[in-house]
Amino acid sequence: MNNPTENPATESSSLNNPEVRIRPLKLSGLEPLVITPDSLFVNVGERTNVSGSKKFLRLIKEEKFEEALSVAREQVDGGAQIIDINMDDGLIEGKEAMVKFLNLIVAEPDIARVPIMIDSSKWEIIEAGLQVVQGKCVVNSISLKEGEEEFLIHARKIKRYGAAVVVMAFDETGQADNYERRIEIAKRSYDLLTQKVKFPPEDIIFDLNIFPVGTGMEEHRRNAIDYIEATKWVKENLPHVSLSGGVSNVSFSFRGNNPVREAMHSAFLYHAIKAGMNMGIVNPALLDVYDNIPKNLLEHVEDVILDRRDDATERLLALAENVVGTKRKNTLDLSWRKKPLQERITHALVKGIDAYIIEDIEQARQEAERPIEVIEGHLMIGMNVVGDLFGSGKMFLPQVVKSARVMKKAVAYLLPYIEEAKKNDAPQPPKGEQYWRTAEPALYGLMKKYAQKMRNQPTEAEALLWNVLSGKNLAGYKFRRQHIIGSYIADFICLKRNLIIEVDGSIHQLPENKSTDKERTAWLEEQGFRVVRFQNKEVLHQFDYVQEKILKELEVPPLGARGLGGSGKILLATVKGDVHDIGKNIVSVVLACNNYEIIDLGVMVPPEKIIETAKAENVDIIGLSGLITPSLDEMSFLAKEMQRQNFSVPLLIGGATTSKAHTAVKIDPQYKHAVVHVNDASRAVTVVGDLLKESTKKKYMDDLKAEYDTFRQNFQKRSKVKSFLPISAARRNKFQIDWEHARISKPGKPGIQVIDDLDLRELEKYIDWMPFFRTWELHGRFPAILEDETVGEQATALFKDAKILLKKIMDEKLLKAKAVYGLFPANSVNDDDIEVKYPENSEEKTIIFRTLRQQLNKHKGKPNFALADFIAPKESGKQDYIGCFCVTTGFGTEELARKFEEDQDDYNSIMIKALADRLAEAFAEYLHEKIRTIHWGYEPEEDLSNDELIKESYKGIRPAPGYPACPDHLEKLSIWEILKIEENIGVKLTDSLAMWPAASVSGYYFANPEARYFGVGKIKEDQVEDFARRKGISVEKATKWLNPNIAD
Amino acid sequence: MSKIEEILSKKILILDGAMGTMLQEYKFSEEDFRGSRFADWPVSVKGNNDLLSITQPQAIAEIHRKYFLAGADIVETNTFSATTIAMADYDMQELVYEINYESARIAKKVAEELTQENSKKPRFVAGAIGPTNKTASMSPDVNDPGFRAISFLDLHKAYKQQAGALIDGGVDVLLIETVFDTLNAKAALFAIDELKEERGLDIPVMISGTITDASGRTLSGQTAEAFLISVSHIPLLSIGFNCALGAKQLTPHLEVLARKSDFGVSAYPNAGLPNAFGEYDQSPKEMALQTKEYLERGLVNILGGCCGTTPDHIRAIAEVAKDYKPRKLRFRETSKILF
Repeated sequence: MNNPTENPATESSSLNNPEVRIRPLKLSGLEPLVITPDSLFVNVGERTNVSGSKKFLRLIKEEKFEEALSVAREQVDGGAQIIDINMDDGLIEGKEAMVKFLNLIVAEPDIARVPIMIDSSKWEIIEAGLQVVQGKCVVNSISLKEGEEEFLIHARKIKRYGAAVVVMAFDETGQADNYERRIEIAKRSYDLLTQKVKFPPEDIIFDLNIFPVGTGMEEHRRNAIDYIEATKWVKENLPHVSLSGGVSNVSFSFRGNNPVREAMHSAFLYHAIKAGMNMGIVNPALLDVYDNIPKNLLEHVEDVILDRRDDATERLLALAENVVGTKRKNTLDLSWRKKPLQERITHALVKGIDAYIIEDIEQARQEAERPIEVIEGHLMIGMNVVGDLFGSGKMFLPQVVKSARVMKKAVAYLLPYIEEAKKNDAPQPPKGEQYWRTAEPALYGLMKKYAQKMRNQPTEAEALLWNVLSGKNLAGYKFRRQHIIGSYIADFICLKRNLIIEVDGSIHQLPENKSTDKERTAWLEEQGFRVVRFQNKEVLHQFDYVQEKILKELEVPPLGARGLGGSGKILLATVKGDVHDIGKNIVSVVLACNNYEIIDLGVMVPPEKIIETAKAENVDIIGLSGLITPSLDEMSFLAKEMQRQNFSVPLLIGGATTSKAHTAVKIDPQYKHAVVHVNDASRAVTVVGDLLKESTKKKYMDDLKAEYDTFRQNFQKRSKVKSFLPISAARRNKFQIDWEHARISKPGKPGIQVIDDLDLRELEKYIDWMPFFRTWELHGRFPAILEDETVGEQATALFKDAKILLKKIMDEKLLKAKAVYGLFPANSVNDDDIEVKYPENSEEKTIIFRTLRQQLNKHKGKPNFALADFIAPKESGKQDYIGCFCVTTGFGTEELARKFEEDQDDYNSIMIKALADRLAEAFAEYLHEKIRTIHWGYEPEEDLSNDELIKESYKGIRPAPGYPACPDHLEKLSIWEILKIEENIGVKLTDSLAMWPAASVSGYYFANPEARYFGVGKIKEDQVEDFARRKGISVEKATKWLNPNIAD
Repeated sequence: MSKIEEILSKKILILDGAMGTMLQEYKFSEEDFRGSRFADWPVSVKGNNDLLSITQPQAIAEIHRKYFLAGADIVETNTFSATTIAMADYDMQELVYEINYESARIAKKVAEELTQENSKKPRFVAGAIGPTNKTASMSPDVNDPGFRAISFLDLHKAYKQQAGALIDGGVDVLLIETVFDTLNAKAALFAIDELKEERGLDIPVMISGTITDASGRTLSGQTAEAFLISVSHIPLLSIGFNCALGAKQLTPHLEVLARKSDFGVSAYPNAGLPNAFGEYDQSPKEMALQTKEYLERGLVNILGGCCGTTPDHIRAIAEVAKDYKPRKLRFRETSKILF
């Protein structure tokens, strides 16, 4: 068992014979680059060379290092396997620039993955470079130009730094420009390096000098052929070395004629590579495929390169005048379509390609014995691959959602066949008796008689129900009564939906009957039927409820749209008063792909409905989502309620406002069973798996409970450390503005204005994309994220899809952008309140905004902020102003999302909501800019880029109720009152004061240049009581709304 | 070829387990850390484990002895943070030479005693050279990615002092460990290579990187193979991984080294992954069982333990390892290659 000769296979079988052992050139960035004799030509990128790229030179001179990074990135994206970096220019501090640029590159994983070639003619720059790069670099270059001593000193250092080296064919007497000189210098350098320095020969790369041909000068005629022949000699005589060079030199005299240059490069490389050249600086854009070079041109070019004719140059020049460039075009790679069926289906699922899925599924269906096998076999095999890739971080959320879309399309296609097959699978009835086809033949005769008897003697409840169900009375669904299925008789059945309705008399309430009912339900469900039971008295006394429930059951989406459900049943809901559901929908899709059945109750779901559905559906897990702070209380309440009703299923908590801290401190103690905070969809699958798996669930829950308990204890310890000021003291430490000298601008256009239908195109440039990517769990700055090493590809694809949908939204005006805003005279009063005068029916009214003040005991000199501090106090005698607004781009979102859902397209359903949210934020940004520059006009000269807008570089703020500076949602009611928002643009407030539609933003405008964003943080009871008194509400009500901000 | 290299080709060498875990059991107070000599030291020194080599040398010797008795062939000196860079936290830069020198002597003394008791099992001391608390190829400031808190030259200087003191104190091998930034390790290798040349000695060098998480990369972003390539310019006794992951999670990365490296391969993982409380709770038996997989697949030459491991873990691992032959070494062939 432990035979040492059975060790893992070595890389090459020749390893055992040291004489012929291959010694590859191994380099590294973040990833390895191993160059063996079998490797393809290695392309060194040279655009990050100040003498190779004018643009790069300019950027470095102007110290635009960030932008210069994009040059490096383009190289790597374009296929460079090594990047050459050179800062040798008279006007640049070469050493500093090299170190600075390398340090920046190292911080960019998508660039730093490749090895770096540190290129300079100055040793101090090379050494400085070697000291900042962790990977194994290449030094470019050293030579015998300054004599042996210096050559050896540098070589020893390079070896100690762990780098490979380019050796130029250059010595004390000059550059090698013919065959003999090239091999002479190469041999001498090689011997010195390998013998005196013990430099590993595989780490030596010779650059034998590529010089131009076709110059018209006699002594240049053999430039290319000498290089090629010397290369061949070195390859054969100096073992293990690599050979490199700058290819574009060879065509230098044909500058301006790219087709000829391309052909020259290709022809030169073709021969040089055959001779042993294995790496070099080549611009891939200036390279044709050797076989694609027109015969005639190739012959002329090779005549020059290989020096085959005396008049080669003249002939090529003559031909060159007639050579015109041709364009290449990209084609879609469809090679995967040639693979076997299962591989095609898996490929389609992994790549999220739905173009061919129906075709493939149809083939699979024809080959399968039963259509369900296609789901259980082909599709599940593919989805397991998706699951594994996602689980191991190799696929990202948007891809998985696309996979789900393909899966759903496939399932939707198969469903009718599956339904059909189910019926065929049931025992066949005697001829002519159509509706018996679900009956058990052996018992049929007996049962038929019994069924007839029952039909003729219905109970009162049955008669009442049949009255509604018969004759397609209920939404056009056909029902049968006393229908025989196997050895059971169903009271009522809708065969189209496989729905059975049973009406139970009091006899069913006896324990033994209950167990038979259970068995029978189980059997029926196994056969693919759903069973709904009512009690006699429900039918007799709550007939509306019964009807409604039957209708709902009939409309339950078919199997595939809800996930296959093999792994468990999960109820998801956005809690009462909250309308945000993007995150929840993503979780729902991801779980459905992992074979869970999802019951998604949608948004604004009251707790009773969650509890009731959880019971009726016998779900395995309940997941709650919410975005606004009042939802936190809803979640705690639900946990309490689940405990009271003796639930035992795990409770998942997620959504932007939730946190591990809140879950541990406020929710977990309410419920004895598992409570888990899951804030990203990628984790949801693992968590749910651990919670449901028999083998892990006990331990997982115990660990969780213990973890939250520890967390709670630490949290409570921590929160005691902070000290607070009484509200009166906090007010004394308010933020002071010198109102005597403050510049107050009177709004150019006071009063209330409504924008009914803004062209969405206006908003595009205001979009902040970063949160959009975060929605999809792709993290990073925009636009850098598009080129991110790990998620860049996905981010780019996602961005492209978003742009397509965005264009459609704009072109077809699918969403409506509406806004209402107002600018009013205002003054702060009694420290924390803002008195606002506004017009209503041509009379002036007054309303008071109540603001909250920071109460944390701050360091000396730091004020305790409240928004009221930014408005001139009444006693200053200055008239100040305030604004408020509400924008929405949400109208139309629901309809579009539903349309996508009907099309099994969750990807775009989530996308449309995410885009609507972005547009609403963009609208808020847009409107704020218009307010600053035009409507209020306090910054008429402002000219900011979108980046500066996102960074909030402007003057004045637009804080929103429910956010840190004014966490109190109740203030929205005042804004709604002043602006008549619901009447003007239709945006409503829910019970929890969330805005509906969800893609809406509301808030205040403060114009004072000193106004800034801050967080109120925790406040104490004295402020809560004061706030309740000022607002004229009970302390309980105030406590309920301010709860998340009240210090413990 | 030194003695340790000879043994390495014949058997699996066992490295010791965690020093920190063992020291925790002593529950040393601030006063214990200070001893009489540093009673008036201006800053708190509790937590400066390396200082204990001066103030509590018996405890350090006792732990070394326990590991040797559990079956370790090599113990690591108590010098993980003994560089001027890391000691700056305690204002103890001037003690760096002494801590390294004393730590080496304590370990060497115990090793010699035990070798004398059983000459068939010679015991060795590895001079532990930690990563320091700064990184040369990453910025600590996310807003300034080009910034570096430490330079190659500073690291080189600090490492040269540490390695020199460890050699003076008598260590048999140098171990650059818990490498999360390869550039730091390269500065250490550079310094050691210079020392070897200056002193004309040939002390073996071991290097052990750290794969920080499931991404399979070091903290500075390199894959296992890129890490191997980046440090292969200096002849090594072994290359491997320690810390951050448990034995099981380490397997695929060891496989890369085993397949691609000409040097010995070492592994000293943590006792599993930390539980919800940040503790390592894998039992000796479990851990030994997982390291058995390395052995059966012939992945390693040196085995030991990192965070959370105790003499019991090392005993269990040594017990399993004794029935296996080590991964076959190739580095002896390399030197025979003719140009």
